[in-house]
Amino acid sequence: MDNIEAFEPAGPQQNGMLVPVTTRPPLVAPSAPPAILVENLTKTYGANTAVKDVSFSVPPGATVGLLGGNGAGKTTTIAMIMGLVIPTSGRATVLGHDMARERYRALGRMNFESPYVAMPAKLTVRENLEVFGRLYGVKGLRARISQLVEEFDLGDVLGRATGSLSAGQKTRVSIAKALLNDPEVLLLDEPTASLDPDRAEWVRASLQAYQRRRNASILLSSHNMFEVEAMCNFVVIMSYGHVVETGAPAELIRRYGCESLDEVFMVIAREEGEEAWYEGERSEEPEQEQTTQTSVVASAA
Amino acid sequence: MGNSLARVAAMTLRYWYLLRASWPRLLEALYWPTMTMLVWGFLQLYLSQDRSSLAGAAGLLLGAVLLWDILFRGQLGFTFSFLEEIWSRNLANLMMSPLRPAELALSLMVMSFVRLVIGTIPVTILAALIFGFNIYGLGLGVGAFFGNLVLTGWALGLVVCGVVLRNGLGAESLAYSIMIVLLPVSCVYYPVSILPAWLQPLSWTIPPTYVFEGLRSILLDHQFRADLMLECLALNLVYLALGFASFLLLLRSGRRNGALLTMGE
Repeated sequence: MDNIEAFEPAGPQQNGMLVPVTTRPPLVAPSAPPAILVENLTKTYGANTAVKDVSFSVPPGATVGLLGGNGAGKTTTIAMIMGLVIPTSGRATVLGHDMARERYRALGRMNFESPYVAMPAKLTVRENLEVFGRLYGVKGLRARISQLVEEFDLGDVLGRATGSLSAGQKTRVSIAKALLNDPEVLLLDEPTASLDPDRAEWVRASLQAYQRRRNASILLSSHNMFEVEAMCNFVVIMSYGHVVETGAPAELIRRYGCESLDEVFMVIAREEGEEAWYEGERSEEPEQEQTTQTSVVASAA
Repeated sequence: MGNSLARVAAMTLRYWYLLRASWPRLLEALYWPTMTMLVWGFLQLYLSQDRSSLAGAAGLLLGAVLLWDILFRGQLGFTFSFLEEIWSRNLANLMMSPLRPAELALSLMVMSFVRLVIGTIPVTILAALIFGFNIYGLGLGVGAFFGNLVLTGWALGLVVCGVVLRNGLGAESLAYSIMIVLLPVSCVYYPVSILPAWLQPLSWTIPPTYVFEGLRSILLDHQFRADLMLECLALNLVYLALGFASFLLLLRSGRRNGALLTMGE
């Protein structure tokens, strides 16, 4: 699977872009401009291509999952959408604003959460939420913080230093911070990592309730396929820096004859591993190398 | 404008909360200036036992040390506040917020000033009590010296922060070492005339040189050189603008080469 263009589109198209196919009732009119629009996004570092010609969109009110093994290019793609990295070519637009050139016009209306980014450890949870609330210019900040504290059960940890919290508590604080400014666009990287199943389900439900209330658009990166199936209208699967498959979870499961999205991911990962080998990335002892590469890619998924 | 000030205030609050919650950081702001002042103060006392012209210039060494500390701490306070964001892995949170680079820089300046006040005022009082050297007795000169030195510290701090953004924490040591490059040519403890003739023009391109010459003028000649302070201010404003421009350029370069993704390594 070298290029998404080699395949039949998985769902209805609009302006050449795939739009999410969902078995749930549509959230918005199909003609609404996308909240996130990624067009031919490419990023190279010298001779290394981290992301190659990636295109997809996230309509308003939809949740799109960005999936892929380690090194697939997800982090770089998300970083370009956030404006942290300037693309080599192509464009990432959020709420109509090119994130390489006019990111400040969009940043106040979006937010993100990632386990790889922390909040100042010495500040208490309350202090951190207060600082970020002020940065985002949140009106009625005190009431907003109280609301989020109640929603994410942070009452017991409000006065504690953020660095002293458990991983699960930190995740909930990060998500609360991500919702402070009532964002129209949310970028979530492993939002339920470190949470026990009960809490994870609760957080997912909170995020989905928020999305329905706010008609927010969510770009979700996760290795938890159950979570992706539960939350996403549409998924974009990346491998070796490019998009290898797109579609609604249910549709992909049906198309690949699998029982879960997890299996679909494994099938695609194995195929990608074989492709990489056929392209000459594995030059010695082909049979052994093929088995090894498949195992590595499958375990990465 | 209102939103901009609110964001600057938010970041200042962030750093204040940190300082308040961390006694080692508060102690550090006081510790080094105090130790430096004590060592040089006793050296001044020792030299004053001799009847040399240097010994006759009461407070020359101690005054120079106190002012050098303002320059050094001013830059360090600016840079350390920025490094806190990297050490705490909070930089991406800030880059993803509406906070603009200029607003971040302003908040770093405010915090640098706060740290200086915390570290410098007690030390100047100790210097007066222990060694009889009252820096406030220099009159208007103190304000002019302080202001100009702080501006130089901020200009250098902007460059250091930009280099760290572009190159990662491998460049962190620049925060501690960059000011030492200025030490010989800023003529902190000796007049510009002592330098080789070819080096003197270079010395006059560095704002702190004007401050330390101004200090010697007050203590030795009992004359406040407003001309030196105005020239110094003009140079500082140019360097501050260059410092901010380099910060923006290095930030953009960091966004191009993906440095912001690997920050902390």
